[in-house]
Amino acid sequence: MIPASFDYFRPSTIEEAVDVLAGAGEEAKVLAGGHSLLPLLRLRLAYPTALIDVGRVAGLRGVSDRGDHVHIGATTTHDEVVRSPIVREHCPLVALATATVADPAVRHRGTFGGSLAHADPAGDLPAVALALDMVLEVRSSAGERTIPAAGFFLDYLESALAPGEILTGVRVPKLGPGWGFHYEKFHRTAQAWATVGVAAAVRQTNGTVEEVRVGLTNMGPTPVRAAAVEEAARGVEAGQNGALRRAAEQAAEGTDPPADLHAQPDYRMHLARVLTHRALVSASAHRSPLT
Amino acid sequence: MARISVKVDGIAYEDDVEPRLLLVHYLRDRLGKTGTPIGCDTTNCGACTVLLDGRSVKSCSVLAVQADGCDVTTIEGVSSNGEWHPVQKAFHEEHALQCGYCTPGMILASIDLLKDDPDPSEDAVRQGLEGNLCRCTGYCNIVRAVRRAAQEMRVTTP
Amino acid sequence: MTEQLDAGAVAQQIREHDALDAPGGGSEVGRARRRKEDARLVTGRTQWTDNIQLPGMLHVAFLRSPMAHARITRVDTSAARTRRGVVGVFSGQDFAGEQGSLPCAWPVTADTVIPEHPPMAVTTVRYVGEAVACVVAVDRYAAADALEAIEIDYEPLEPVLDMTEALAEGGPKVHEAGNESFTWKFAGGDIEAAFHEAPVVIDRTYVQQRLIPSAMEPRAVVAQTDGDHFTLHSSTQIPHVLRVMLALTTGIPEHKLRVIAPDVGGGFGSKLQVTAEEVLCLLITRRLGKPVKWTESRSEGNMTVHHGRDQLQNIRVAADADGRIRGVQVKLLADMGAYLMLVTPGVPLLGAFMYNGVYKMDAYDFTCTGVFTNKMPTDAYRGAGRPEATYAIERLMDELAVEIGVDPMEIRRRNWIQHSEFPYTTICGLTYDSGNYEAATDRALALFGYDKLRAEQSDRRERHDPVQLGIGISTYTEMCGLAPSRVLGSLSYGAGGWEHADVRVLPTGKVEVVTGTSPHGQGHETAWSQIVADSLGVPFEDVAVLHGDTATSHKGMDTYGSRSLVVGGIAVVHACDKVKEKARQVAAHLMEASPDDVEFSEGRFRVRGTGTSQTIQEIALATFAAHNLPDGFEPRLDASATFDPENFSFPHGTHLCAVEVDTETGATAIRSYVAVDDVGNVINPLIVEGQVHGGIAQGIAQALFEEAVYDSDGNLLTTTMADYLVPSAADLPNFTTDRTETPATTNPLGVKGVGEAGTIASTPAVVNAIVDALRPHGVHDVRMPCTPERVWRTLRTGGGEPA
Repeated sequence: MIPASFDYFRPSTIEEAVDVLAGAGEEAKVLAGGHSLLPLLRLRLAYPTALIDVGRVAGLRGVSDRGDHVHIGATTTHDEVVRSPIVREHCPLVALATATVADPAVRHRGTFGGSLAHADPAGDLPAVALALDMVLEVRSSAGERTIPAAGFFLDYLESALAPGEILTGVRVPKLGPGWGFHYEKFHRTAQAWATVGVAAAVRQTNGTVEEVRVGLTNMGPTPVRAAAVEEAARGVEAGQNGALRRAAEQAAEGTDPPADLHAQPDYRMHLARVLTHRALVSASAHRSPLT
Repeated sequence: MARISVKVDGIAYEDDVEPRLLLVHYLRDRLGKTGTPIGCDTTNCGACTVLLDGRSVKSCSVLAVQADGCDVTTIEGVSSNGEWHPVQKAFHEEHALQCGYCTPGMILASIDLLKDDPDPSEDAVRQGLEGNLCRCTGYCNIVRAVRRAAQEMRVTTP
Repeated sequence: MTEQLDAGAVAQQIREHDALDAPGGGSEVGRARRRKEDARLVTGRTQWTDNIQLPGMLHVAFLRSPMAHARITRVDTSAARTRRGVVGVFSGQDFAGEQGSLPCAWPVTADTVIPEHPPMAVTTVRYVGEAVACVVAVDRYAAADALEAIEIDYEPLEPVLDMTEALAEGGPKVHEAGNESFTWKFAGGDIEAAFHEAPVVIDRTYVQQRLIPSAMEPRAVVAQTDGDHFTLHSSTQIPHVLRVMLALTTGIPEHKLRVIAPDVGGGFGSKLQVTAEEVLCLLITRRLGKPVKWTESRSEGNMTVHHGRDQLQNIRVAADADGRIRGVQVKLLADMGAYLMLVTPGVPLLGAFMYNGVYKMDAYDFTCTGVFTNKMPTDAYRGAGRPEATYAIERLMDELAVEIGVDPMEIRRRNWIQHSEFPYTTICGLTYDSGNYEAATDRALALFGYDKLRAEQSDRRERHDPVQLGIGISTYTEMCGLAPSRVLGSLSYGAGGWEHADVRVLPTGKVEVVTGTSPHGQGHETAWSQIVADSLGVPFEDVAVLHGDTATSHKGMDTYGSRSLVVGGIAVVHACDKVKEKARQVAAHLMEASPDDVEFSEGRFRVRGTGTSQTIQEIALATFAAHNLPDGFEPRLDASATFDPENFSFPHGTHLCAVEVDTETGATAIRSYVAVDDVGNVINPLIVEGQVHGGIAQGIAQALFEEAVYDSDGNLLTTTMADYLVPSAADLPNFTTDRTETPATTNPLGVKGVGEAGTIASTPAVVNAIVDALRPHGVHDVRMPCTPERVWRTLRTGGGEPA
């Protein structure tokens, strides 16, 4: 199928980009890799009047080590994220989850920032952003601001980006030593969206769980932080039979999972519990799985 | 209309295109590069896979304007000096195609896969081709072909 | 105990069997020749219909009904006509006088209700996706844009979406004549006696979900005319059938209509159709005098390429206490969708003779009711009727084994036709000419490691492993090689089942074969070349196979129903025989011998008892020159043959599947899959292997992944490949395939056909394995596709009512 017509702008600086966006009207959309947007355009489920292609804006692409956090430019492709030694060393959960996004060709085009800005709760990265307390940097003609991930995902496909704002980069806090990570994705076929996904990070000292982060994919209109699990898992002995399972039993608490072709809410809630347990076990067992 | 310069299979083109023109339609309808077919609307099938600056992409989900200044390789450009690429040869040898509609995309995705992993396991091939659907072969022979090509390429380019 | 064989070695054997590209290796038939078709396909020089660009060509886009059932109350195309690049906008009213009705060639009973089926809806729409208007524009972008400017008002009618409700009194009707299209009955033996006081009776209902065939190439049509003659390119399996049917539908005389199927990217039955779009493109080109092209998008195709399966199967078996089957009774509801298309009502009938499978029984009783609903019509999809039958009987054999308390393989052995009993006339009246179920099964068991897997299964059960192991068996047969014309006639089909071939030896000794089959991935160019090379003793490379164009191949019945080799291949053999007979006359004349003294082998005619010989190439040149031919000899070394088979052919085999079912998530993973098929003699083992692989994949896809889902308003929810889950390489295992060869006795090549075997066999093997894994949990059925959620729900409820 074929997209409807739109105006196209390809700014080369972020200043130019926010100016163009400001003048392009409410129905303008920011285009990065286009792998969330173009299928919608082709199916004529979206009719933007203008696309602002930020794919070549200087300074938006790449990964850098910024001391206490890793900075990922918004137009860094999934493929670049997965390959980045900095990401693999300091935020392996990001690499693990990103490696499950769609397929290799899509990962060559799709971008880290695009996936977050699209705010699809079925996407793999929003839950990771929540679990890791990422901070999103945005820019408009009025200036710059940051939005914590916890305040970024407002509703289904709706983010805290205001009209005229462009996501420019993401800060991923380094968690420091002692953490293990896992992204448990359950889907019907390799290409299918996650029925449910669980992003887990576990910090242990001598077998005792000190701290847990859990983000859930596709368990509501937004990604969900499984706070009850995080609370319940703190202080348990990771190796103790059933301890993590009991914590994971809280995984569906406060979730509002969708009913769709691939699963009903009660099954998703069940999956969230099972998969959270598996993710916690794996995260406990494998510290820094990529290094 | 937007002006684009693209190199496709070694030939430089300059064209005015509508911004919404999909790269695959530019290749097929404007340049006559009909070796690259279209199989879906949603980036699932991979039939339209080409290499954009050397990496596999689904040309149905890239705008022609996004390819401005880029180098595109289609199935029509992977042979060199009349000699088939080892992946093309291996697909033929292993009977890795039947109707052949998915084959251009499958071959380009395989070439991309082998760039990263010159000796992929069966599982690595299956995972690496997850974005390319074939309805005829059941994939067994495609997996064999990719591994055969890998072996061939390791021998010829040490 | 069974021996364990090395699976990897088997695949290797097939490839090495080919001492191949070494020339002069004797017989071509049986060699793993690499395909002639591949060169253009791996280099992108393919001719797909959408590749065609003609001067002045216009592009067509169809507006499709968003309503499952509604009256069209207003159509306004005026705004669309003013859009950029628009040449014409048409609604059903514009074509009402000339569009006719899309044909159904198979009225299965005398009173079958066949509703009018206008290619473009005029007053009423009956499924979501039905064409209601179209734009003809200078390019595809302009056509797509203008569609949005067409205004249509609908008055909604209540949709009919459930077969059982459709047959209830007083509900809404898809058509005035009611929702029942036909009821077709068939019986053999005394079914009442079989069930009377039977020690064991099992009664099950299975759901054959609706499927979307999903050939990788979306449909495309190019129509053009010079004002008198018409040419239609279409991505079709049936250029010959299409030509006849389009002539009858549009009134374009048959001799002024040429139909071409260029390279076609898969079909699986979905392109065995006379489509609305083909008819309408012809009408548009007739009206505008310009060439037009229409290319389907995938989401359009998911809605409007005919769907497959969609049957509700009630099957009962009566058996003795030792598990011997006394009788089988089948009651089927088959969803026709909103209209009867080319062979819609015949699909369940193709299964009617197969519910007995490979088994002996005293009685059989079959009833099928075709039901209209407000959904896309169903029609042939790989296997067409036979996968449904095989699924039901093979699932039921497992239930019977549980009831009797024996291993599921044992229950099959007790009931199947022994090798010594062939030829065997079944309870359905078909004569299975040959088969060896014991041999195929023993081979499969050995490759599979059956006993070892059973041991592991017990172990996992004892340990209450959350991941349970299940083993599924399918000992199938099928009827293919469609079909003896007389049988088709007795089933009220509108045409015959013969096939045609022309073989022409050119002056230089090269050979052209014109076949009436219409390959779209099956490799006929290669396989037919192998047959002809052997028959005429010419090099494989010297044979070209022409097909798919009614101007070059004037006669044919096309490709479907695993018929091409079994019927079309035999026509090629017969034509070659006639050519050889002509050549023998010339050879005898040139060598001054009696034709009776001239022998032919390996391309050379020899006078018996002398050293004198002539090659067929020499004969060809002499025939071309025509200087010195026998008196009255027509100077041509070509011949035609039309072959009408006497019987179907009956491939069979044993498929074994091991699955691991995660009882916590419900997820199924196929651990190993072994298929041993007996398709008779093999022309090209590589092509056979490929057909089996692909067939298995599609059968597994039905078992695990695919389902066309409509919502309660009749909207198709699975319109894209993101929702209709066609499996990728990452979702399927490697298959171990092997063969036994029990030649068919009904044709000179001893071949049986292989196009559908894998699909027919594999679905029940997979579902049997899943149910087997879950038996200790009280599960006796999981509805297809066996999604993780369905497995999980079935486990929670125990048993196995359709989830």
